Amino acid sequence: MKKIKLLAVISLITAVSYAGGYRVALQGQKSLAMGHAGVAVVNSSELVFFNPAGLVYLENKLNISVGVSGVFSNVSYQNESTGASAMTNSATGTPLYLYASYKATDWLALGVGVYTPFGSGVSYEDDWAGSHLVNNIDLQAIYIQPTVSVKVNENFSFGGGFIFVNGSVGFNRNLNRTLTDLEGNRSEVTLDAPSVSATGWTLSAMFNITEQLRVGTTYRSEIIMEARDGDATFENVPNSPLTPFPSATTFNADLPLPAEWTVGLSYEFCDKWLFAFDFNNTYWDVYESLDIDFADPNVPDSVNSRNYNTSATYRFGLQYDATEMFTLRTGYYFDESPVQSGLFSPETPRNDSSGYTAGFTFNVGQRFEIDASFLYLHFKEVNESYDAYYENGQSVPFAGKYKSNAFIPGLGITYKM
Amino acid sequence: MKNYIKILIAIAAVGFVSCEADFENAVTDEGFYSSGTANFSNYVALGNSLTSGYADGGLYITGQNNSYPNIMAGQFALVGGGEFTQPLMSDNIGGLLLGGVQITSNRFVLGVDANGNPGPVRLEGTPTTDVLTSAPGPYNNMGVVGAKSFHLSAPGYGNAAGILSGAANPYYARIATSASSTVLEDALSLDATFFSLWIGNNDVLSYATSGGSGVDQTGNLDLSTYGSNDITDPNVFGAVYSAQVAALVAGGAKGVLINIPDVSSIPYFTTVPGPAIPLDAATASAVNAQFAAYNTQILPGLAGLGIITPEEADSRIVSFSAGQNYPIITDNDLTDMSGILQGQPFNLPPATAGLLGQLRQANSGDLTLLTAASVLGSTPDPSNPQLVVGVSIPVSNEYILTSSEQSKIATATAAYNVTINALASANDLAIWDSNSAFDVISSIGVPYDGGVLTAAFVTGGAFSLDGVHGSPRGYAYIANSVIDAINSKYDATIPKVAIGDYGTVQVTNNGG
Repeated sequence: MKKIKLLAVISLITAVSYAGGYRVALQGQKSLAMGHAGVAVVNSSELVFFNPAGLVYLENKLNISVGVSGVFSNVSYQNESTGASAMTNSATGTPLYLYASYKATDWLALGVGVYTPFGSGVSYEDDWAGSHLVNNIDLQAIYIQPTVSVKVNENFSFGGGFIFVNGSVGFNRNLNRTLTDLEGNRSEVTLDAPSVSATGWTLSAMFNITEQLRVGTTYRSEIIMEARDGDATFENVPNSPLTPFPSATTFNADLPLPAEWTVGLSYEFCDKWLFAFDFNNTYWDVYESLDIDFADPNVPDSVNSRNYNTSATYRFGLQYDATEMFTLRTGYYFDESPVQSGLFSPETPRNDSSGYTAGFTFNVGQRFEIDASFLYLHFKEVNESYDAYYENGQSVPFAGKYKSNAFIPGLGITYKM
Repeated sequence: MKNYIKILIAIAAVGFVSCEADFENAVTDEGFYSSGTANFSNYVALGNSLTSGYADGGLYITGQNNSYPNIMAGQFALVGGGEFTQPLMSDNIGGLLLGGVQITSNRFVLGVDANGNPGPVRLEGTPTTDVLTSAPGPYNNMGVVGAKSFHLSAPGYGNAAGILSGAANPYYARIATSASSTVLEDALSLDATFFSLWIGNNDVLSYATSGGSGVDQTGNLDLSTYGSNDITDPNVFGAVYSAQVAALVAGGAKGVLINIPDVSSIPYFTTVPGPAIPLDAATASAVNAQFAAYNTQILPGLAGLGIITPEEADSRIVSFSAGQNYPIITDNDLTDMSGILQGQPFNLPPATAGLLGQLRQANSGDLTLLTAASVLGSTPDPSNPQLVVGVSIPVSNEYILTSSEQSKIATATAAYNVTINALASANDLAIWDSNSAFDVISSIGVPYDGGVLTAAFVTGGAFSLDGVHGSPRGYAYIANSVIDAINSKYDATIPKVAIGDYGTVQVTNNGG
């Protein structure tokens, strides 16, 4: 019975993009409550993600953390010169994580993590003003990461792991701004790549400079999701040799999951307080263009310029051990958008954002902890355009004002033995 | 523990109720755009086929959805505009049935023939819209296909019993509230707060599209003597138009008037080139030899007898040369010589005399109609390939709009437009000068975000495949232009649509 429930929950995984690009930073409730800072914080097996090197410093032999977040994200669009407006109607995403670590010896810890650091789920009303760019997109990627952590001495450890990724992409857009069948239904294409696998790795180190001050760094490699022979379906195409789209063909496309480098520190003070700071650099510059290569020679390949920039995130967190029962946390982060002005696509409509976080841990006996977090992600209104859409060789910008936000409550359980 | 979960759920619930990403100033907020001094809560559009959304030689659902009044109503919705109803057809085929019998043709689509050449073809299929079973109006869109100015005020114009005799209009009969109602009365019954009126096009257009087959009725005030292809007397137009405007403004409604474009700015008259007949030198001289007697004996002879003027004789000389040539045509305005040519001294057989009766070669002042494309160069007598339309058989009058016919149209159009302008001023109404706008489209075009909108047939984007009515993009341009006129007259700030979001011609092959 429990297994069935777990399967049902996993099948609901819809990671919804709410950070720069389609990065989804929800990899642990304790860290998330502190602005998702954790590269130098040693308090749970969330370290499998944040810094494997730190696992070996955990007090307990066995550490397990599981959690889930509910992502309620919203995007509004309007064009003030035409009066057109749209709102996304995106399903609630429920990204999960599961981490476990086991201290085999005093100097070696082994671990495994399952998490969803990338994803996107954006759904506009069909045939909205930007439907020639996207009607809806659903991108998912599950990382599975076996991990080792090695203590060199009390001041220095390193760690790392292999990453196996399985992902899927679903995408629908109209073929252009005007083409319809005889009944006026807009011609559209649906892309579906249900299972794409790839591998990567992560390496990290931790330095305990004093009893109070730790410094950590983690690098996670770039992973290219190579969708091969995905299904492309064309619908509502008029019956004419002038529009020779087959009802179905296959496609190839590469979608990069960029590398991320993190460096940060944590500092304990006044006994019960801990301050954490993380700096992330996400190497989004790998995402130059989304090129869809259709197998059918009658279907022109789709080239969609992205030219993302490498982007930084600054994370600040504070933890307070209030009572035996409660640990309180709060945090803030500033997330730089990788999207360049003029290439702002409604498929990932993300400008710079500020994340405000809070949460607590409730100790249930010696072994169980309940971790809760809440993230409010705030985007300023932005006037932007996507200029790399062409008709007859002429750039046809899709411009307007965007406003996004996200509300993300999360709940997790930590088990220690 | 349970309490904490409850609190968490409560906090979450509060968050999600109000979690939409709202703009500081949303376009959907009241007051973002201004209706100025006008009130768009109940908009009624009055007019002819152009107002109904007619396109591609038919009235059909997607065309109606892209009618300029419907596009405008969509924008009016941002400034307090209410529902805008249209008498939607039952399908996208476009033809009309009367008691199950098809009485109007299906629409055109852009097909591709066996050789890969694209061109307009009639869509195959049986239409399903029956005049007798359609839901009666009135509708906010009271554009009636084929209506002339005086038809809007004509009782019985929607009497289904009069359709086959031509006394009534099937498109109005579909939606008329009674057999004796008028289009204007039905429109007035809606108590519009805002109206648009674009009528008078057909008062010259049916004359033009028939190649000037009708009569210029200027000077004749008796409507009962008018034929369907006649030019309406400008005083008749003035009288009915001013009565219509007076009725529309009587309840305090504001509105916009639209004047009449020149027919010469639409592709129906500008697509087929004048010199449409290609000949090599040998064929040209052979054909010229056929006309030698006509050029050198008959014409000077008739001029000598005083039957035609020397100028007419000159204008009727036929001369082909290597390259592209103007076709020979029948011009109803020429002196009919067919009777004389059968007598002394010419003694021509009746067939030949008839052929030469009102013959001349077309020239740069004539406009060749779109419908001539399938006729020019054809050989209607399969047993005699020497008989070629435009070379040895004159193109009949209905395919050519001569310069004298054009000037009759231009004179009437200008007179109508003086009336429309004067009534707009007198009633303090907005006016859109479609005449100038159509000139711009047909001469230099209108740039938009995806190219330039022009009057070029099929490729220009402004006109549908009938060469007369707008494409969705053309109607969107009209809607934007009318909105401009409304905004400036009434200090409103109604936003305009992106015309690149509207299509042009529908590609579809029959069968398959």
